[in-house]
Amino acid sequence: MPLTPVLTKRFGTNAPWLLDNYVKLDGYAGLRKALTMQPDELIALVKDSNLRGRGGAGFPTGMKWQFIPQPKPGESGKPHYVVVNADEGEPGTCRDLPIMMNDPHSMIEGIIIACYAVRAREAFIYIRGEAVHAIRRVTQAVNEAYDKGYLGENVLGSGLRFDLTVHGGAGAYICGEETALLDSLEGKRGQPRLKPPFPATNGLYDAPTVVNNVGTLASVPYIVLGGAAWHKQLGPDGSPGTSIYSLSGRVANPGQYEAPMGTTLRELLELAGGMSRGLPLKFWTPGGSSTPLFTAEHLDVPLDFDSVAKAKSMNGTSAVMIFDEGDSVVQAVLKWTQFYEHESCGKCTPCREGNYWTAQILERIWHGQGTLADLDTLLDVSDNILGRSFCALGDGATSCITSSLQYFRDEYLALIENNPNGGLQSDAAALTGAHA
Amino acid sequence: MANQRLSLIDIGRPGDSSIFGDEIRAAAAEIIARYPMGKSRSALLPMLHLVQSEQGYVSADGIAFCAETLELTKAQVAAVATFYTMYKRTPTGEYLVSVCTNTLCGMLGGDDIYRALSERLGVGMNQTAGTPGTPGSITLEHAECLAACDYAPVVTVNYEFFDNQTVDSAIGLVSELQAGNRPMPTRGAPLCSFAEISRQIAGFVDQRPASVRAEATGPQTEAGVRLAQQLGQQAPGYPPGEDSRSSTGADAETAAAGNSGKRDNSSSNDAPLNTAKSDPAAASPTGGQSERIDKAD
Repeated sequence: MPLTPVLTKRFGTNAPWLLDNYVKLDGYAGLRKALTMQPDELIALVKDSNLRGRGGAGFPTGMKWQFIPQPKPGESGKPHYVVVNADEGEPGTCRDLPIMMNDPHSMIEGIIIACYAVRAREAFIYIRGEAVHAIRRVTQAVNEAYDKGYLGENVLGSGLRFDLTVHGGAGAYICGEETALLDSLEGKRGQPRLKPPFPATNGLYDAPTVVNNVGTLASVPYIVLGGAAWHKQLGPDGSPGTSIYSLSGRVANPGQYEAPMGTTLRELLELAGGMSRGLPLKFWTPGGSSTPLFTAEHLDVPLDFDSVAKAKSMNGTSAVMIFDEGDSVVQAVLKWTQFYEHESCGKCTPCREGNYWTAQILERIWHGQGTLADLDTLLDVSDNILGRSFCALGDGATSCITSSLQYFRDEYLALIENNPNGGLQSDAAALTGAHA
Repeated sequence: MANQRLSLIDIGRPGDSSIFGDEIRAAAAEIIARYPMGKSRSALLPMLHLVQSEQGYVSADGIAFCAETLELTKAQVAAVATFYTMYKRTPTGEYLVSVCTNTLCGMLGGDDIYRALSERLGVGMNQTAGTPGTPGSITLEHAECLAACDYAPVVTVNYEFFDNQTVDSAIGLVSELQAGNRPMPTRGAPLCSFAEISRQIAGFVDQRPASVRAEATGPQTEAGVRLAQQLGQQAPGYPPGEDSRSSTGADAETAAAGNSGKRDNSSSNDAPLNTAKSDPAAASPTGGQSERIDKAD
């Protein structure tokens, strides 16, 4: 597959984050065209393009927009909102920050088009608090867009007013979950809501709300300019378009590689100069730490939503973290599990308690104190987390545990064999170890 | 291990909101005005960053001030303040040094870096070397994924990126900070104090040209586009008729390639640690923007 920079095409050009430079490279042409269309036409176009959300779940964007209830002429309803999920924090994921820091107007243009389509007049960008330089660049870009008539009163002569507010978070992975993000934006603890009702009808301030990821919205202007057929010629039918593959870890040239959906790791590794230490590939994530691990046997799985699901993982955020034979999968799983333990919001018991216990069990296995029974307990606890919490954090937390036990059980067993207390025989050690 | 989330040391006393003067009250009003009428509670997260910028942490006073201003109970505010990692429970140093120890950064050297800094500074998680708030004081923390995995292992100082760190470079970094110097981040604005950055996160962004124009890219960010240029690969152009301006993706691609030669690597940034990158925007002909951009606060 060739590289096909679309969302990344302005990276490395002359200060593309300044509005004038952005306009020179296609910028705001999509918005100008969109404003000549009817809002419903735009929703139909995005639906027809089959754009799927880039935030991880891959939900069809056009459908999300269409779910916003539109009052009939003469009826008055609640205001509609567009909220941008810029709380990038899924381990391995590092493509929204580069977009916001280098090409913030592409996201802003997509936001204004989305507002026009779903008949929202106000939008909020929820940027994770740690991303200070992204907050800085996006704020500057928003101010410039106001100054030059792309935001505020009578945008580009349309007679319509659009407002956009930048909102910094405060450090909580869970706020990347859309309903937790909405609660957080309302000034509360960032804890997921029970769905339904969905944000499309009961979102921000209980009003109809579209929540889209940065990359999703940044894709919209190109779809408006190129059309649905142009978008669908890239990648497979079920999940078309380009994907920014974020390669990190034991790879010679890590970084952002934008290629059609459905590119394989074998192809990506070739582009990125192969492995970094001369050691063979051992395990990798197709879409962040919440997606079940892949191994060398998955090198040729097309990385798009449907193909990855067929291979029993998830495309997620196309955050490809690569590990080699020198890395311990147990150590990696332990560290990810400690992350989920720390970031569990505490609302649902299976996730809050389950991750607390799996982290402890993994810790004692890693330190040579594990027993054979621990492996069953890990799977049992995982089974009791999966599908039993409000949001996907709990489900995601079990991914690396169950997939690593599926592919690398021997590595766990080797650590257990080294237990000086006889890990393979004794179950009593599990109880003493539980308090370590 | 003690649960960091429960160690809100300052919550026992009632808190005194009167310590916050007119300037902070005006800033709070400005924050509230960003949100729709009647939705002032949305201002709570930025306001907690604001009170943190005054005291270096979220104190009982800060909680009382937020509660009073937003007509919430102190319990409601404290519940929020204790939920989020970025609100600190004890006074923070001039610099918050965060080492990513999530799996990828950790295994590529982040764990070693954290251990080395902890030893060097003689402090553990969320502890401060030096008297908090005084010049050169450093609060250390290990952080979860900072969304810079392609630059692993990363360290941030007051949330500005220092990419591709090693044990030696990280020790060099904190030594510079302790000596009163402010090395340039690899990606991010020239360093300011923790109090100042907290105010920026509250939405009062430093829009001085040196900050807004500071480096935001690097070889990893541009790895794909650079390679595409070398290989002559690009996305298909828009079909004729779809776009009346005929500004195709391919055109922008060509422009991108043309622009790449214009990068000016003679930066005005001083780079004590060799980590600063040139600022391609510094010498750009669009410098006229800078007159308009001024510090917001």
